[in-house]
Amino acid sequence: MPAVQETVERVKRIDVDQYRYGFETQIESDKAPKGLSEDIVKFISEKKNEPAWMLQWRLEAYRRWLTMTEPTWARVDYPKIDFQDLYYYAAPKPKKTVSSLDEIDPEILKTYEKLGIPLREVAMLEGVEPKPGEEDPARRKIAVDAVFDSVSVATTFKAELKKAGVIFMPISEAIREHPELVQKYLGSVVPTSDNFYATLNSAVFSDGSFVYVPPGVRCPMELSTYFRINERNTGQFERTLIIADKGSYVSYLEGCTAPQRDENQLHAAVVELVALDDAEIKYSTVQNWYPGNSEGKGGIYNFVTKRGDCRGDRSKISWTQVETGSAITWKYPSCILRGDNSSGEFYSIAISNGFQQVDSGTKMIHLGKNTSSRIISKGIAAGKSQNTYRGLVTAHRKATGARNFTACDSLLIGDKCGAHTVPYIEAKNSSATFEHEATTSKISEDVLFYCIQRGLSQEEAVGLVVNGFVKDVLQQLPMEFAVEAQKLISISLEGSVG
Amino acid sequence: MALLEVKDLKVRVEEREILHGLTMTVNEGEIHAIMGPNGSGKSTLSHVIAGKPGYEVTDGQILFKGEDLLEMAPEERAAKGVFLAFQYPVEIPGVTTMNFLRTALNAQRKARGESELMVPDFLKKVREVSKSLNIPQDMLKRGVNVGFSGGEKKRNEVLQMALFEPSLCILDEMDSGLDIDALRIAADGVNALHSPKRAMVVITHYQRLLNYIVPDIVHVMSKGRVVKSGGKELALELEASGYAQFEDAA
Repeated sequence: MPAVQETVERVKRIDVDQYRYGFETQIESDKAPKGLSEDIVKFISEKKNEPAWMLQWRLEAYRRWLTMTEPTWARVDYPKIDFQDLYYYAAPKPKKTVSSLDEIDPEILKTYEKLGIPLREVAMLEGVEPKPGEEDPARRKIAVDAVFDSVSVATTFKAELKKAGVIFMPISEAIREHPELVQKYLGSVVPTSDNFYATLNSAVFSDGSFVYVPPGVRCPMELSTYFRINERNTGQFERTLIIADKGSYVSYLEGCTAPQRDENQLHAAVVELVALDDAEIKYSTVQNWYPGNSEGKGGIYNFVTKRGDCRGDRSKISWTQVETGSAITWKYPSCILRGDNSSGEFYSIAISNGFQQVDSGTKMIHLGKNTSSRIISKGIAAGKSQNTYRGLVTAHRKATGARNFTACDSLLIGDKCGAHTVPYIEAKNSSATFEHEATTSKISEDVLFYCIQRGLSQEEAVGLVVNGFVKDVLQQLPMEFAVEAQKLISISLEGSVG
Repeated sequence: MALLEVKDLKVRVEEREILHGLTMTVNEGEIHAIMGPNGSGKSTLSHVIAGKPGYEVTDGQILFKGEDLLEMAPEERAAKGVFLAFQYPVEIPGVTTMNFLRTALNAQRKARGESELMVPDFLKKVREVSKSLNIPQDMLKRGVNVGFSGGEKKRNEVLQMALFEPSLCILDEMDSGLDIDALRIAADGVNALHSPKRAMVVITHYQRLLNYIVPDIVHVMSKGRVVKSGGKELALELEASGYAQFEDAA
């Protein structure tokens, strides 16, 4: 099978050594000493000028964490992490409060420029075609919150959002400025005792984004956060909390990159979403953490807990993710369908290459009546990677009329990779309707040759077929991200030219 | 002028020789038919010309417009004007036919150093061609060949042929899986594309197709060689007496 063989060769060569975001920024940073203890937790809390209740919350989580052990059920393999050998806090100097972009270290601004993230309040995104029916593409705006190592460095369009009543700020600020909202919702979806990494995050998280959309408000622009890990040996533990009050709507995007490093870096984030009656949250991720080099050295360990609570009736939460990076991914964005007639969606593209290991999927927990959920997962495995979809769909005995549709498709490129599907389905209610479809296929030599005979190169052919394979999911992304994601998919599977 | 010259071509697949020294010349504007029983090497020849991986050329050469075709990557051959209409066109889910046509056309134009075709010009061209082939617009919005009938798949091949304007068209068993009406539409499409500069090589088992696409020259293949060449009447002769008489000749 020469054509497929050649693809495999090319894919092997590419990887990761071509990671475009692998640069490091030279800036002075303010770090806590290595290791984890109550003192470090206090140090972080103090750095953030937190109120006493927040410190207490963290300490309880920390004490809880000491009693927990790392989960081992995922289909991933890595050496044991020494949690005392990590830095838990790193902030770019100077650490004085930043009130405008001009006060931010120009090195950091340059970093974001290199990443192609507009921190200046530019209204127009270059090179984006207008959506049909949209009068003026120049009017589309995206508010950005940039998190550099552990600290949020810039949030744009704050004033304009404020006019609409939307709160979009670093969570460290929200803890001080909106304690009533934070206290009410923080940990209400992912409790501090939830799992090993979520509990660790609760103890040491240093920043992240906070969003509150008041009743009846449709957020006037896309909200976006870019996460960047820069410091060596630093864990990044960000915390995101999004609350959509009754009848509101918000679309939120996050993107992630990191420098190339020989050692592994830990990223253990927690994201909590709360949708009240008739509210809708759309959460999109393009994750491109450094995946390690061609020998499988280095890369990010991405151990993330993301969960949305459809707390209100007729509420809706939709997760869309494009996962191309990280050495190891352990991530299950989930929906708790608590409100009657609420609905949850999970659209995922997970691409693994080189020595990457992905164990990702979702949980749809049907509690309310007539709740519905939809799961579309597309896994693409190349190189020597392992790609697992793990999903849980469950209906509580009171969840009459629960409906789920799941489709898991896997595509293999080459013969040294693996794709696995592990669905768990539990219906405790006889009126539940659960459908599950799964397929596994290989990019066939015939399909590639057909495209090549029509003038496409091998790489273009693979890109075209893969983009077709993931189309259902790409369509769910906001347009700007879809363009970026499509490029990213081609890059992560492309061979070196020549 | 000679467009395609195959000289003493020997080809192996997994250690087994399939073509044992095949020679043929196709001039501009000619229509050639290659006939022969299963396993005579007809499809192998078409695959080797197009550059499908998995075949090892052990001897001989193929010249296309005087250039060494075997030195070129398959996509380069396509850009230079070699088009293979597949016996079994593949399905590409999620990639609309329209997107596929545009991507491929622009890839070929780019390889030739031409500018990309502007969207309105492209659409105009596709509409014209698809109309003449009786291809409804909604078919172009569907995934490439996904859910297409046998006839639709073959018309899609002819559509691409018309769009890419190759100088050599190889039609591999175009009649397989087609009823008589579908065959007529596809063949009419092919005939409309015939021009003094463009040559066609029609590979088929049956004489039936050659009632619609009338060849200038008929070659009979058996056991990896051309055993007889002649005018269109050779096809009729074959239809009457079968391939058995040539088995020994090989």
